[in-house]
Amino acid sequence: MSWWQRLLRRRKMEDQLDKELRFHIEQHTSELIALGRDPQEARRQARLALGGPEQVKEKCRDARGTRWLEDLLQDFRYAIRMLGKQPGFAAVALLTLALGSGATTVMFTVVNGVLLKPLPYPEPGRLVAVHGHSDSWNTAVYGEQNVAYPDFLDCQRSSRSLAMAGFVYSGGILGEPGTPEFVDRREITSELFSVLGVPLFRGRAFLPEEDRPGGAPVIILSYSLWQRRFAGDPRTVGLSLILDDKSYTVVGITPPRFQLDGEEGDVFTALGQDTAGYLRNRRAHPVGVVARLRPGATLAQSSAELGLIGRQLAAQYPDSNAGRSFVATPLHPDVEDVRSTLWLLLGAVGLVLLIACVNVASLLLARAVSRDRELAMRVALGASRGRLVRQCLTESAVLGLSGGALGILVAAAGFRPFVQFWPGALPRADEVQLDWRVLLFALTASLVSGLLFGLAPALRAPVRDVEQTLRAGGRTMAGSSRRLHSGFVISEVALAVVLLVAAGMLGRTLLRLSSLNPGVNIRNVLVTRMALSPAALSNPAGIRAAWQDVLDRARRVPGVESIAAVDTFPMRQGENQLGYWNTPAVPPENQQPLALATSVTPDYLNVMGIPLLKGRFFDDHDRRESEPVIVIDEVLAQQAFGTQECVGKRLWIPGMSGPNWSEGNDSLRVVGVVGHVRHWGLARDDQAPVRAQFYYPFAQVPDSALRRWSELMSIAARTNIPPLNVVESLRLELRGATGGATGDQALYQVRTLEQLASNSLARQRFLLLLFGIFAGLALLLACIGIYGVLAYLTGQRVPEFGVRIALGASARDVMRLVLRQSLGMIFVGVGVGIFAALAAGRLLMHTVDGMQSTEPSTFAIMIPILTVAALLASIVPARRASRIDPVRALRQD
Amino acid sequence: MTEKSDLPQGTLDLLILKVVALGPVHGYAIAQRLEQVSRGVVQVPQGSLYPALHRLENRDLLASDWEETETGREAKFYRLTRKGRTQLETEAASWQRLIDAVGLVLKLSEGGVK
Repeated sequence: MSWWQRLLRRRKMEDQLDKELRFHIEQHTSELIALGRDPQEARRQARLALGGPEQVKEKCRDARGTRWLEDLLQDFRYAIRMLGKQPGFAAVALLTLALGSGATTVMFTVVNGVLLKPLPYPEPGRLVAVHGHSDSWNTAVYGEQNVAYPDFLDCQRSSRSLAMAGFVYSGGILGEPGTPEFVDRREITSELFSVLGVPLFRGRAFLPEEDRPGGAPVIILSYSLWQRRFAGDPRTVGLSLILDDKSYTVVGITPPRFQLDGEEGDVFTALGQDTAGYLRNRRAHPVGVVARLRPGATLAQSSAELGLIGRQLAAQYPDSNAGRSFVATPLHPDVEDVRSTLWLLLGAVGLVLLIACVNVASLLLARAVSRDRELAMRVALGASRGRLVRQCLTESAVLGLSGGALGILVAAAGFRPFVQFWPGALPRADEVQLDWRVLLFALTASLVSGLLFGLAPALRAPVRDVEQTLRAGGRTMAGSSRRLHSGFVISEVALAVVLLVAAGMLGRTLLRLSSLNPGVNIRNVLVTRMALSPAALSNPAGIRAAWQDVLDRARRVPGVESIAAVDTFPMRQGENQLGYWNTPAVPPENQQPLALATSVTPDYLNVMGIPLLKGRFFDDHDRRESEPVIVIDEVLAQQAFGTQECVGKRLWIPGMSGPNWSEGNDSLRVVGVVGHVRHWGLARDDQAPVRAQFYYPFAQVPDSALRRWSELMSIAARTNIPPLNVVESLRLELRGATGGATGDQALYQVRTLEQLASNSLARQRFLLLLFGIFAGLALLLACIGIYGVLAYLTGQRVPEFGVRIALGASARDVMRLVLRQSLGMIFVGVGVGIFAALAAGRLLMHTVDGMQSTEPSTFAIMIPILTVAALLASIVPARRASRIDPVRALRQD
Repeated sequence: MTEKSDLPQGTLDLLILKVVALGPVHGYAIAQRLEQVSRGVVQVPQGSLYPALHRLENRDLLASDWEETETGREAKFYRLTRKGRTQLETEAASWQRLIDAVGLVLKLSEGGVK
C-alpha cells in the first residue's frame, strides 16, 4: 500500500486498528478468566497490560508515516472553517489577492506567450537564422542584413551542417476567381516547409524542379486566405488562379496559424521561378534565410563553415562580396519591439501584487494578535511551537491558493481582451494562451505570496509568553508588532508612490507628445497603398502613364482637393535611408551620414501641408531629362550646410547616382528647403538615429528602378470632407481602366494621417492607461491597508485613550494623536517611495520613447494626492477613537 | 519469579520478525510467545508491540491478512515478506556477532591481557 492509499483508506484503517486492539484485550481477558480470575478483574488487568488504548492508537498512527499529511488536512479544514467564520475578513483578503494575482497572471500569460514560448516549429532549438554581414554595413542602424540570392544558392550548396531555405517578401494582385485583391506574397525556396518541419495542411510543398526558372507555375495558399476566399473548399487544391496576370495551379494549403518570420502571408510562390534582375545581383540582399542544423552539427560548426564559404565567395567575386561574410544565430521570434514594454508591465503588476500581499499580511497580523489567547491555550494544552507555525502557514497558504485560483479565473477571462486591447498588433498574439507554465506561475506566485504574508503572523504567534498572554487576555501589545504594522503601512505607501509617479510621468509625456507639431497638417488626409494593374507594369512608359492616370482620376473624385503619390509615409513603417555628402570626395559607405529619401509627385507639399521655407518645390518641369533635383528639410539643411545658404548647392548621394540613376550627373541640386516632418512618429522622432530628410521627384526615378518603385508607392489625398468618406468613390474610380481596362487595380491599407499620428502614440497611451489603473488600484489598496492598520492600532489603545479622556484630553487631542501616528507612517513611506520612484523613472525613460526624466512637478502633484487619500483613510478610526466613552473603556480592562 | 530485563534498543523488531517467521500469527499470540519463549525474562511492553507491528508493516517487512482463529474469531494475522526474511537474516547475524564479541570481552581474566 502506498502512502496515499493509506491516506484514502484512513477510515477503514482506523476501524481495523480498533478491531485489532479489541481482539487483543478480549483474548487476554478470556485467558485470564480461564486462569480463574473474576471477569471484571480480568478485563481490568488486560487493559492495564496494553496501556491506554488512545495512546497506543496514536503511536500506531505515527508508525503509519502519513502523519504530516493528516495534520495538513486537519489544518486545512481548520483554516477553511476559520475563514468561513469571518466572512468579512475572508472577502476583503480574497478580493485583494484575486485582484493582485489576477492582474499578475494576465500579464504573465502574455509574457509567456510572446516572450517565453519557443517558436511553434518542431525542435525549435535546432533552427537558426543566417544573416549577411559586411564591413560597410552598420547593423546598429539598419538591423540585420539579408542575403543575396546567388550567395544563398552557393551557401546552400556548400554547407554540410545546415539545411537552408530562403524567402523573399513581395506582393501581387490576386485576380480570378473573385474580385481583385492585393495579397501578401512570399517567394520561397522548395525546402522551406521541410526545414521548418511543418507539414502542409493539404496538398504538397514545392518540388525542387519547380523551384527553377521555367518551372511549372504552382502556388501554395495560406490557411486563412483559403478560408476567406475559397471557404475552405477541399477541391481548391488543383484549381488554377490568376496572380499578377499569371496563371498558377494551387498545390498546397498551409496549416492553420502557420507563420513565417512572425507573419502569416497570403500566398507562396517558388523563388527559383522569379527571373527578376535583383535576384541575380550579388549586391542586392533580399533573401531571408532560415536553416536547420543537420543531425550532429552544432551552431559553432555551422558558423565556422559559413565563415569559410563567405571568404571563398569574397575571393571569387571581389566586386560584390569583398568584406562580406555570413553568420548563423539561433532563430528567435522577433519580439524586440514589445519585450521591454511587457517586462515593464509585469514589473508594475508585480508591485500591485506586492501591495496586495502587504495588505493581507497586515490583516492577518491584526487577527493573529487578537488570537493570542487561542494560540496560548493551544501551547498550554501541549501543542509544539513548530505545530503552531505550521498551522498559521497552512492558513495563509489556503488564503494564498484561493486567491491564486481566483486569479487564474480572472486571467482566463482577462487575457484575450488584454491582447485585443494592445495597440497595433501584438507579435505572437496567437500563442498567448493559458498553459501549464501559466498555471505553475500562478500556483507558485500564490504560494510564495501566501508565505510572504503568513510568515510574520506565524513567527510571532508562539514567541509570546503563554502565562502572561492568558492573563492579559490579548489586550497588551508587543512593541515589535506595532513596528511591524507601521512597516506594512510604510511599504504600501512607498509602493503606491512608485506607481503613482510612474503614471504621472507617463501622463505628462503623453500630454507633451500630443502637443508636438508633427510637421504635417494631419487633418483631412487620406493615405492608402495602391497596386497598379499588372498589365500596366510591362514597360516604364506604361508605368509612368498609369500613375499619371491614377492621379488625374483621383483628382476628379468629389471631396478630393489635391492628390500626390509618395513611396514612404511619415509615422508608418518603411523608409529609405541613403548616405550623402556635401563634396564630391565622398567617404566610404559606413562613414557617410544618412538621410531619409522620399520620392514624391509635385502636389505632395500641398497634400501634407508641409511648409516651404526656401526656394521652390517640384513641378511638372522636373522630368527624367532635366537636371536631377532634391528638396531638403531644415534638419538636413542644418546638418549638410550649417548656416550657409543651401538653395542651389549640390549634394552627392551615391545611392542615387551611377549609371542607373542619372546619366552624366554625379550629384543632385538642392532647389528648396521645407519644414521637418516627424517621420518616426511623435514619440520616437527626437531620439531617432536618422532624422534628416530629402525629397526627390518620382518623375526622375530611372526606368530600371521604376517597376520596383511602383510597387512601393502610396497615394495621399487632401480632402474637404472627412477623408474616410471618399474611400469608396476613390476605390471605384481607381479600380478600372488603366490601359487595358482590366479593372484589377486595388487600394489597400487605407488610413487617415490622423490615425497614423494617433497610432504613433498608442504605446504611450496604452501604458498610461494601464499604469493609471495600477496606480489607482495601488492607492485604493494602500488606503484600505492604512484604514485596517489604524483601526486595529486604535482598537488596541482604547484603554489608553480612555485614561487620557478621563484625565481631561479632548476629542480633538485624541484625534490629533491618532492622525499624528498615521502621518508619521505616511511620511516615512513617501520618503522611501520617492527614492524608489526615481529609480523606476529611470527605468521608464529607457523603455518608453519620448519619456523625459522625472520632473519635481510630477512628485508635487502625485504626493499630495496620496497623502490626502491616506489621511482620509485614517480619519474614520481617528474619529472613532475620539468618541470613546472613558467609563466603558476603563471597565473593559 | 526470575528477574525481568528491559529489552535493549532495537531488539523488539528483531524478536517480532523471528516469531512471525515461524508462521502467520496475530498480535496477541506474538506477545504470548515472546514471553513464553524467553521464559518470562523478556517482558514485552504490550503498548509498544502494536506500534512496532505497524511500523514493520509500513516498511514492508511484514504483511497482514484478516483470518479466522481456531476459536472462530476474526483476527489480523501477520506474516513475513521476502524483504522481512532478508532483514531477519542480516539482523540475526549481526546480533550473533555482537553477542560473541561481548562474550569474548567478558571472558577476559582480570589480570590483564597477555
